Amino acid sequence: MRTVERCRSPRFAVAVFCGALALTGVAARAEPSAQDPPPKPAAQAAAPVTLASSPSGSSYVNLSLDALFAGGTSSVRDLGVLESGGHDPSQRGFTVQNVETVLDGAVDPYFRGQANIVLQLAPDGGTTVELEEVYATTTSLPHNLQVKVGQFFSEFGRLNPTHPHTWDFVDQPLVNGRMFGGDGLRSVGARLSWLMPAPFYSELFLSVQNGHGETLTSFGSAPGEMVFGRPIGESAVGSPRDFLYVPRYAASFDLTPNQTLLVGASAAMGPNGTGTDGRTRIRGIDAFWKWKAPNADRGFPFVKIQAEAMRRSYDAATSGDLPAARFGDWGAYAQAVWGFRPRWVLGARYDRVAGDIGNLPANPLQESRWRASADVTFYPTEFSKLRLQYNRDARLFSKDADSLWLQFEFLLGAHAAHKF
Amino acid sequence: MTLRRLSWISIAASSLAVSGAHAALRVVATTPEYAAVASAVGGDKVSVTFLAKPTEDPHFVDAKPSHLVALNRADVLVEGGADLEVGWLPPLVQESRNPRIASGGSGRVAASEGIQLLDVPAQLDRSKGDLHAAGNPHFMMDPENAGIVAHHLADVFCRLDPGSCTAYQANRERFEKTLDERMRSWAAKLAPFKGTPIVTYHSTWRYFAARFGLVSDTFLEPKPGIPPSPPHLAEVIAKMNDQKIRVILVEPYQNRKQAEVVAEHTGGTVVNVCQFPGGLPGTDGDYFALMDADVSAVASALAPRSAS
Repeated sequence: MRTVERCRSPRFAVAVFCGALALTGVAARAEPSAQDPPPKPAAQAAAPVTLASSPSGSSYVNLSLDALFAGGTSSVRDLGVLESGGHDPSQRGFTVQNVETVLDGAVDPYFRGQANIVLQLAPDGGTTVELEEVYATTTSLPHNLQVKVGQFFSEFGRLNPTHPHTWDFVDQPLVNGRMFGGDGLRSVGARLSWLMPAPFYSELFLSVQNGHGETLTSFGSAPGEMVFGRPIGESAVGSPRDFLYVPRYAASFDLTPNQTLLVGASAAMGPNGTGTDGRTRIRGIDAFWKWKAPNADRGFPFVKIQAEAMRRSYDAATSGDLPAARFGDWGAYAQAVWGFRPRWVLGARYDRVAGDIGNLPANPLQESRWRASADVTFYPTEFSKLRLQYNRDARLFSKDADSLWLQFEFLLGAHAAHKF
Repeated sequence: MTLRRLSWISIAASSLAVSGAHAALRVVATTPEYAAVASAVGGDKVSVTFLAKPTEDPHFVDAKPSHLVALNRADVLVEGGADLEVGWLPPLVQESRNPRIASGGSGRVAASEGIQLLDVPAQLDRSKGDLHAAGNPHFMMDPENAGIVAHHLADVFCRLDPGSCTAYQANRERFEKTLDERMRSWAAKLAPFKGTPIVTYHSTWRYFAARFGLVSDTFLEPKPGIPPSPPHLAEVIAKMNDQKIRVILVEPYQNRKQAEVVAEHTGGTVVNVCQFPGGLPGTDGDYFALMDADVSAVASALAPRSAS
């Protein structure tokens, strides 16, 4: 619920959409190309939808709108604490989780550009706008290099760089909330990646991003907050030490023609807001395995298993009468989903976060807890889904909870293309 | 020093040659039928791999990291170009860092180029199912179109590897000659059934039907990409009984049980066919063997059954 780029002015939201609509007009006019067979007159009547473009590109910009809603209830009322994600269900009843406008396309022969602009309704009814990601990636650097520049999710682990509508569950894993806050680890900066010349997929990433801002929970996060009992102060980039550095290595192997394994190791290192000597280091490992039937119908049946574990080492600087101290905590989740027949998916997930918080007063945002979740999802097509999820939450100090959520998604416009 | 440098160069050159298996061009095809045509045209001058399995639904293929590696090293990418691969190919190509196969790159081949596509929607409206903006992408089931693709590939291979152009054009001529011969026998096999309607699971066989004089306008799917529903299957059963339609074509990844239920209620036959070489036994990597198998299966299912 806290993002530096957010703006509560409905006028801004209107401006964004006016901008998007203007682009629609531009793209739609540009759509017929010389090689295409002459379009039938009726095709032009449907101009806005023709933005759903082919890979060969029939428009300058692909435009899509993805809307994600949740409805349901929980046995407890502190949902802002129980659900750690900014796009998780935030209240009993209905929640607008995420309404995401995506614009993407080739900038020129050297860059591709993408923007993800998110609209949300806060529990009080106010509309918030969030510039979630906007970045360019290079397309033709030599030596298998690629540079990404702009505001983007840091390449840490498997879930962090992804958007909520691609997740297998209604809410984000607890460990992601604890380490990276409600909106994921993201900031403005640059990422260099190198696809290594190995016979299997092997890629190295290094992101360098500003180390301060509301989306950097473990680092230079919002002034005034309390982390490990320490007040967070103002921070800015003053030297190379003030950047967030996120290295990652990922490798993948096709174990059989029908089974693929993807493993990765990531780290995030940067300053934290407790003072000049405050430093945070988070290390993580992740694994993903998928089996898909050789005669898959619409991609079904399949089984996917995914797990991530992270450990955080938080060096708080001396502040006031509080001496410098090191805090450590960790978290992990493991999930399995089974697409047992076309359109239908069953899932189970186990979440755990814990750690040594010293003799700090009990803080519901940092207590040890676990969660078990089960869900079933129905995909009428790849453009919509309906999901029912049950969560059992157990917390060290706060009340345990049972929650039931129904989620609905629809996608308009350009065909979604999913990474592995 | 010169000797030492030379030895390094020769080691590097030999390792390159081994990795490329003496092939001048590395070709990646999205689906196996383009790979089969590319192999026929390229012969031993090219190495060919494909991404989608011949038995899986080509609309829903995983964008596996190993595909990314294959695309990164490709000289040529052959795709359908009519949105069949839209759900998985774009992120792979974008991440492949390979300008040769990027949109507009020298090695990017849209097989649909120069082919008159059927079923081009007048209006893009997903309430009508998963329509492909460019038209029906299953054009390779008309063998004439395979000839057009062979031409297209020979031209691209010649442009990228002029030294072997005579070989490519000779291979292309051989492919076309065989295609012409087989075409006559396929047409003869299906000639007795001109005007006969068939039922298919998906609109995969529209080009096949148009070429061989069959009628393909009844589908088990109520709309493209939407799985069969009981009310729609009831309509299909009624139509089959009414028009005496006897044959239901099903591909390896489609739900055979539903087709069998329809067959039970109509006295029809469920026929295994495939649009990809390797999807039926004995058709691995061979477009002609695949069409032989498909044509024979359809012809024998359409043949009047002797009373027993």
